[in-house]
Amino acid sequence: MSGVRVLVGTRKGAFILTGDGKRKQWHVSGPHFAGWEIYHLKGSPADPSRLYASQSSGWFGQIIQRSCDGGKTWETPGGEKTLKPGEMPAGESNKFVYDASPDTGKPLTTHQWYDGTQHPWEFKRVWHLEPSLADPDAVYAGVEDAGLFRTSDGGKTWRELAGLRGHGTGPKWQPGAGGMCLHTILIDPTNAKRIYVAISAAGAFRSDDGGTTWKPINRGLHSQYIPDPTAEVGHCVHRIALHRSRPNVLFMQKHWDVMRSDDAGDSWREVSGNLPTDFGFVIDVHAYEPETIYVVPIKSDAEHYVPDGKLRVYRSRTGGTEWEALTQGLPQRDCYVNVLRDAMTVDSLEPCGVYFGTTGGQVYASADAGDTWAPIVRDLPAVLSVEVQTLA
Amino acid sequence: MIRVVLPPHLRTLAQVHGEVTLDVPGRVSRGALLDALEARYPMLRGTIRDHVTEQRRPFLRFFACERDLTHDPPDAPLPDAVASGAEPFLVVGAIAGG
Repeated sequence: MSGVRVLVGTRKGAFILTGDGKRKQWHVSGPHFAGWEIYHLKGSPADPSRLYASQSSGWFGQIIQRSCDGGKTWETPGGEKTLKPGEMPAGESNKFVYDASPDTGKPLTTHQWYDGTQHPWEFKRVWHLEPSLADPDAVYAGVEDAGLFRTSDGGKTWRELAGLRGHGTGPKWQPGAGGMCLHTILIDPTNAKRIYVAISAAGAFRSDDGGTTWKPINRGLHSQYIPDPTAEVGHCVHRIALHRSRPNVLFMQKHWDVMRSDDAGDSWREVSGNLPTDFGFVIDVHAYEPETIYVVPIKSDAEHYVPDGKLRVYRSRTGGTEWEALTQGLPQRDCYVNVLRDAMTVDSLEPCGVYFGTTGGQVYASADAGDTWAPIVRDLPAVLSVEVQTLA
Repeated sequence: MIRVVLPPHLRTLAQVHGEVTLDVPGRVSRGALLDALEARYPMLRGTIRDHVTEQRRPFLRFFACERDLTHDPPDAPLPDAVASGAEPFLVVGAIAGG
């Protein structure tokens, strides 16, 4: 029997929402890691029982959690309690140290600070975990201050892919209001050597050699909040998405503007069209219709909530430009929530399910590609991320 | 045995209840105590002090015998009452947040 498992990260813990194939009956498990910020959790496409979670707090820093049974139990990889005094400790699953070796990391040890001076890279937290499409033990981690790490041992140890910070534009990257974070990681499903990442506020980048070398892919972006609106880097990209059948086509929700690329990011064009506002955070693509995309417009960068008190998902069936509001089942008055960048996802059932979480603690699901919506839960802590696993 | 009181979140992480007891070889300093704590409970590495620099995380403090030992050098000996196990060593989280 098919079903789905929705993985929800919130400001105060993680929740796992398990639904039947019709996505009508739900079981809620949690809070896991109660009281901690869970920026992201995601399952391995190669082994759906394998989950990874980024747990962090201002007091105790970063923790990586791993589950091998679909979220019933969790462990810190390599952090098992030692039984023998004097045994060498492992416990390096939360050790994210930037590469400063001469060949890769050096001399790129600073980036632009708010006052225009150069500032050292300082690890703060993991924003996004992207498991390999083929290997349950391999995971990429996007971190703040912006960098990309990878584990190949199930999260026990992490190594930076320093070619990203080191490709040349790093000193021009600067933090946005939310910090300087690498928040999006996309692996080309037809070519594991091709990886896309996005950084606020630097832009989008692509590697064609498995993460060793990188280049900015921001041509066509126009951002009035930076001195040179068409600069090579400096754009506040909020999210990018692709469809597995057509990985050269990318969709982007920028700070302002919804963008599209048909050449793997080499060039972008705006497809905001008739959206009521083109500010927002999330963007995602229908599981079976590569030209059907979803965004949640947010009023502005000064007012981070939906416009007019109405929570509306907008869907385009034409790859952008022409958009329709999806409102059935969503509050259409007195609603002032935000939907953060990692808080929308789609399943691969038929018809395609769409899910998103709000800063008001609701997780909404649509089992008909967005035509109608219903809340799975209404009163969680503020939702930071939503992912879904389609279970056989 | 040295007695250590961890803040609730770290007790959960280490899967312990109440105080932790540790055998700390040699002179009992904060550094030696944390070395022994992290050797016994590797999941706590990086949560009290930085992996590389061993700097205390800013929102944590160290108390014992009604004294704030936070700013003592890490290799300074801890009070005899801590070394003898008569008094616990407290790892305390700042009161803040929402």
